[in-house]
Amino acid sequence: MIQSRKLALANLWVAIGAFAVASAMAFMQSLSRADLDLPFRTVRMYYLSVTAHGVLMAIVFTTFFIMGFGYVVAERALGRPVVGRRLAWASWWVALIGTALATWAILRGEATVLYTFYPPLMAHPLFYVGTALVVVGSWGWCWVVARTWHVWKKESPGVRTPLPVHGMLASIIIWVLATIGVAAEVLVLLIPWSVGLVDTVDPMLARILFWWFGHPLVYFWLLPTYVIWYTMTPRIAGGKLFSDPLARLAFVMLILLATPVGFHHQLVDPGVEAGWKLFHTFNTQLVLFPSFVTAFTVIASFEIAGRKKGARGLFDWIEELPWGEPAFSSVALAMLMFAVGGFGGAINAAYGMNAVVHNTAWIQGHFHLTVGTAVALTFMGTSYYLMPRLLGRELELTLLARIQPYLWFGGMLLFSISNHLTGLAGMPRRVFDASYAGSEIARQWVAGTGISAVGGIFLFISATCWVAVMFGTGLAGRRIEPDPIEFAEPLEGENGKAPILDRFGLWATVAAVLVVLAYAWPIAQHLSMERFGSPGFTPF
Amino acid sequence: MHVDLYERIWMGAAGAIIVVFLASMGYTTLGRAVQPPSHVETIDPASVRSDAEFGAPGVTVHEDGSATVVMQAFMFGFLPNEIRVPRGRDVTFRITSPDVIHGFQIVQTNANAMVVPGYVSQFTTRFDRAGEYLIVCNEYCGLGHHVMQGTLIVEDRPPLLRALPPEGGAP
Repeated sequence: MIQSRKLALANLWVAIGAFAVASAMAFMQSLSRADLDLPFRTVRMYYLSVTAHGVLMAIVFTTFFIMGFGYVVAERALGRPVVGRRLAWASWWVALIGTALATWAILRGEATVLYTFYPPLMAHPLFYVGTALVVVGSWGWCWVVARTWHVWKKESPGVRTPLPVHGMLASIIIWVLATIGVAAEVLVLLIPWSVGLVDTVDPMLARILFWWFGHPLVYFWLLPTYVIWYTMTPRIAGGKLFSDPLARLAFVMLILLATPVGFHHQLVDPGVEAGWKLFHTFNTQLVLFPSFVTAFTVIASFEIAGRKKGARGLFDWIEELPWGEPAFSSVALAMLMFAVGGFGGAINAAYGMNAVVHNTAWIQGHFHLTVGTAVALTFMGTSYYLMPRLLGRELELTLLARIQPYLWFGGMLLFSISNHLTGLAGMPRRVFDASYAGSEIARQWVAGTGISAVGGIFLFISATCWVAVMFGTGLAGRRIEPDPIEFAEPLEGENGKAPILDRFGLWATVAAVLVVLAYAWPIAQHLSMERFGSPGFTPF
Repeated sequence: MHVDLYERIWMGAAGAIIVVFLASMGYTTLGRAVQPPSHVETIDPASVRSDAEFGAPGVTVHEDGSATVVMQAFMFGFLPNEIRVPRGRDVTFRITSPDVIHGFQIVQTNANAMVVPGYVSQFTTRFDRAGEYLIVCNEYCGLGHHVMQGTLIVEDRPPLLRALPPEGGAP
């Protein structure tokens, strides 16, 4: 039995709860955009719920799931209890209180600033304090996992860091480097401004600091997802990991390239010179490489599983995979959608082409494939595997669990394709109503918003199934002696060591240097020009 | 480090795709001077409404037929709300905000820029098709975000004719 199971479960339950609330918000939003008049639909409610959906999904659900999962990985892969369990619990409380404060401010309608919280839109101070506490809590988690690895390393000289821990440490390095940006934004700029200590804030400086954090945030979500794809799914499918060193290579490349890329979110911003945007754009395109490697390695691992079950032909191994097992099907479907989302991302970050899609519905179509499916569906699927093993209970409502990944996939196809197309046709993102006073051009979007709403209905049913299975299992699952949580064996054992890939100190240093190269000069340049701050506005 | 032959081929192909992406961006950027709007100029947002330039926004058509459009994006509209520009000529937009961040997007064109208070967004584009276009705000700016809109009219017979010698004039 896992010693930190209570700790892991406490984190996972917060993630599940946040997801349940946020998915209900999303249901209302997708119907609102299609102009369906619901009894509770108001302008204020719509933008409030977009804020709540963004914060609860992108920050709370992901961070708590990753923290819970990280404790499980640290203990199971290293084979020793987590070091610093009291700090881990304190971190959980800090992050939970932070979540409660931010949610309170949002639900009272005093923080309708969306999850990007761009000033000079000004939220209630507790919104900033709350989100800052979530980040502080996550730092505690980083410390505990890294410290556990460090202690293990001393206890196990000459033993290679297990691959799942390698991926989690990469995620931690990225997170620490990334959150420096947002911590500076929130602590130095926004909190003093929102409580009235200073009168104005520079909105461009805030945007630069936000996107220093905002893009590596994506890799903070994605690396634990890759850990699951590389080290858990192949085993669940009945196969082996095709290549261990290439997985490590992908993790290291992501450590280096995750952060010096933020300006690709600001390609059409004023106040940032084109040369810096181009530099960040080049780095962004290089980030595609580790994802290409991941696609090959993980699919090759699935092929091994199919062939072990007797497949001989070119493609018949696909039929042999356990498609009725939701922990597998969710990941396989998530990967399919990630392939599309990855190419879409290359378009978003393509310097010139960005102007066609920037801030249109295309963008929400894109990131619901990446974070909304590659990450979220993987986490949902993995919870079918993790929760029974942590709870010591049998999975309940298994029929719902089996159909849930397919409902998500189908719903997301409708939602995402329609949003990509209406985005190309110019529909902006995050609008309560897209009719634009009966504009003829806006009428072209109506079919798309309708299909998007149908997708939203499927997604909501799928989300409800998952939440029902989780709560059903937690409350009513038959008590069992749980199976152990295990990771995939590499195909070729210790073949191909490349020990340099395990030098975390080295890679963290190189990554930090790259962050300095990418940000020190443009920020210094920015601070040296004559700038005018903005007072706060609360148009909500 | 041992890497399987098929995976080596795949990695080569992946690297090649990225090189093609980078080369095409390098070519359009350096060879054809395609740049996203990246103008650096600051302005006091409190003075926008009384500013000599932005306090009197509008369209100016120059001698050579090109035009400059000076605009305010504010909660919740664009000033001027309707603009007329010549077809097929360079149109330079200069936009700023007296309040929060807005987006400026002319639907179904490549005119798309963030408008940040304290900064002037400037970019130049051309419209090759005459007609009426919808301008929208594409960055959330408050509860009126979705009603923030304007109209761009691209005129086929632009006022640049004024710049040509009058009919019956000296040959």
